[in-house]
Amino acid sequence: MASVLKIDNLCVSVDEKLILKGVNLEVKQGEIHALMGPNGSGKSTLAYALMGHPKYEITDGSISIDGTNIAELEPDARARMGLFLAFQYPVTIPGVKVADFLRHAVTNVRNPVRKEGEGLIPMRDFRKELRSRMEELGIEQEFARRYLNDGFSGGEKKRMEILQLAMLRPKFAILDETDSGLDSDAVRFVSEAIARLSGPDMAIIIITHHERLLEFNKPQQTHVMLAGRVVENGDARLAHELHDQGYAGVRARHPDVAAEEEQETAAQKPAVTAAVKA
Amino acid sequence: MSTDLKTPPETEVGVGEYQYGFHDPVDKYIFTARKGIDRDIVSQISGIKNEPAWMRDFRLEALEIFFKKPLPNWGGRLTDLNFQDIHYYVRASASQEKSWEDVPEDIRRTYDRLGIPEAEKKYLAGVKAQYESEVVYGSLQEDLAKQGVIFTDTDSALRDHPELFREYFGTVIPSNDNKFAALNSAVWSGGSFIYVPKGVKIEFPLQAYFRINSENMGQFERTLIIVDEGASVHYVEGCTAPTYSSESLHSAVVEIVVKRNARCRYTTIQNWSNNVYNLVTKRAMAYGDSLMEWVDGNLGSKLTMKYPAIYLMEPGARGETLSIAFAGSGQHQDAGAKMVHCAPNTYSRIISKSISRAGGRASYRGLAKVVPGAHHCKSNVVCDALILDSASRSDTYPYIEIGENDVTIEHEASVSKISEEQMFYLMSRGLTEAEAASMIVTGFIEPLVKELPMEYAVEMNRLIELQMEGSVG
Repeated sequence: MASVLKIDNLCVSVDEKLILKGVNLEVKQGEIHALMGPNGSGKSTLAYALMGHPKYEITDGSISIDGTNIAELEPDARARMGLFLAFQYPVTIPGVKVADFLRHAVTNVRNPVRKEGEGLIPMRDFRKELRSRMEELGIEQEFARRYLNDGFSGGEKKRMEILQLAMLRPKFAILDETDSGLDSDAVRFVSEAIARLSGPDMAIIIITHHERLLEFNKPQQTHVMLAGRVVENGDARLAHELHDQGYAGVRARHPDVAAEEEQETAAQKPAVTAAVKA
Repeated sequence: MSTDLKTPPETEVGVGEYQYGFHDPVDKYIFTARKGIDRDIVSQISGIKNEPAWMRDFRLEALEIFFKKPLPNWGGRLTDLNFQDIHYYVRASASQEKSWEDVPEDIRRTYDRLGIPEAEKKYLAGVKAQYESEVVYGSLQEDLAKQGVIFTDTDSALRDHPELFREYFGTVIPSNDNKFAALNSAVWSGGSFIYVPKGVKIEFPLQAYFRINSENMGQFERTLIIVDEGASVHYVEGCTAPTYSSESLHSAVVEIVVKRNARCRYTTIQNWSNNVYNLVTKRAMAYGDSLMEWVDGNLGSKLTMKYPAIYLMEPGARGETLSIAFAGSGQHQDAGAKMVHCAPNTYSRIISKSISRAGGRASYRGLAKVVPGAHHCKSNVVCDALILDSASRSDTYPYIEIGENDVTIEHEASVSKISEEQMFYLMSRGLTEAEAASMIVTGFIEPLVKELPMEYAVEMNRLIELQMEGSVG
């Protein structure tokens, strides 16, 4: 049976400031969802809160997978339940080789009841699998020996996120602007790779401003966020329309929320972006 | 150190606990000197060892220097160290053996638990095992012995190779160098003596393992390594001790001479229990176009003060020190390096990485010195400190003395913390908080650990992981 990720009236504060004001969303394994909205509407906040970033405090509502509330769980426990976040700004971990890190991660995610200190998945099997995933994704083998995101170009970092996605095979993958800051070849690479990885076992929530990713990965549902709420839901046509016409129409249809957005923009909220980009 | 040190079945080892804190009974010991230090004790040690008169006089002269020199007023806190509450010479067994079977059972079992005989079989060219004051086991591959390599304990070297011994002993570190070098010179016992003849390159490491067993013990090994022209050697030492409530003292002197075109690497993985004062003087003289490298890992002890030095004596000599210090609860690692450029066109590099956690204190203390006339020297110093919590401390004391204009001296230092973003990133991939922290720390020291032979790298990472257990949450 397909797993369900359910977000119910989710309210999230960062540094005591309320960012998400009651988000509702339901995603089933195998579905593709587009999450859109102007800058500062709360898309990344939702992504980080789902994954359990300690700065993102859940003040109300719940996140559940198949009825189990995960809002109180540490990020690693969420990962082991099948959640994955492809970071907009992947973090550099100097001195830690990609292969060593991935072997550890894959072991924990595939064996959620593993106790600390228990053996990792056999090196030979792991290497074989890593090599073939890298081949499929067109990633050079020397990547495995490099230090995690250390000295990586923007495009390489995004490829690294996709490689992790391919190895960890989560039930629910959130892609936070995985197509941002890339040239068109790299966007094409990412789009095709995701299309290849998606399937009945994986739900993908795509946060994007561009259309390319969605051309290759046509969403069944599109959600539009504005000022910390999901204000509209639709299908692929909604995503297309937003890409063509921008958010003026959305704002016009939701004048109250648009007014709230304007107020917040005026007050500025550097805390959110700073935390995300740090 | 060795690969795969198994948790001893007899002891229950808890999270983050020191693994080598067990001890053997001492009732079968051959000889234990009474506590305290004076002329009688020093004469007694010399007498038991049946030494020539010159060595007894050397010791007694050093003792006077030790008494005269004040304690250093820098570095770590030494005022709790009571020199009269220490046994300066303890002998557990009658003789040094060539076969593990002949080593007394208690002692042999200790080394088994430390994994030494197993490591010896796998990847070592020779082994010395020092237990308390004396070396209890020694081996060297036959083909190396045939090529004229000498790898013996320092007492035997005095007896069996008196001329070679006397030519070098005390020439790199004279007794009056510092208070602890004087103390070692007065009461030294054991240690390794290595001579590598011209052109002989020893492929696998020679290893010495130092074990303190009894309480209030002072271990004062004296190591002398001579690498003749064009020869090369890698010497590795490991150290552990039982955990006692009272202090023990380890105060070694290591002298190394690296001749023209020769190469010497000296690797230490020091993992003393947290009641040991580790006050060690290490110095090498590197001659023309030679390479001397110190790889210095300090994980254990209560207080370590150790600054391996390289004197670059002739043009083309190179010196490199890689230093790793991990200071946990109740520990102060005051470690670093000294590079003294005594000749033109000499090169040195110091890379230091320190980690402090749970109230531990890690200090880098280093000297880069260029004497007048030593033009076109290059020296590069990089120190990075990682502080894991607000209770812990890190300091950097870089000393630079330049007596020449035409030189290149670089110094970089950084202090960092484990960032919340790094932790979140790793944990979002399924790593627990402890695993994530441990991985970041392992990555931090990786540039140094990758310089170690594989077996030691594995051991180093394992020790760091043990130190890190229970460090978060």
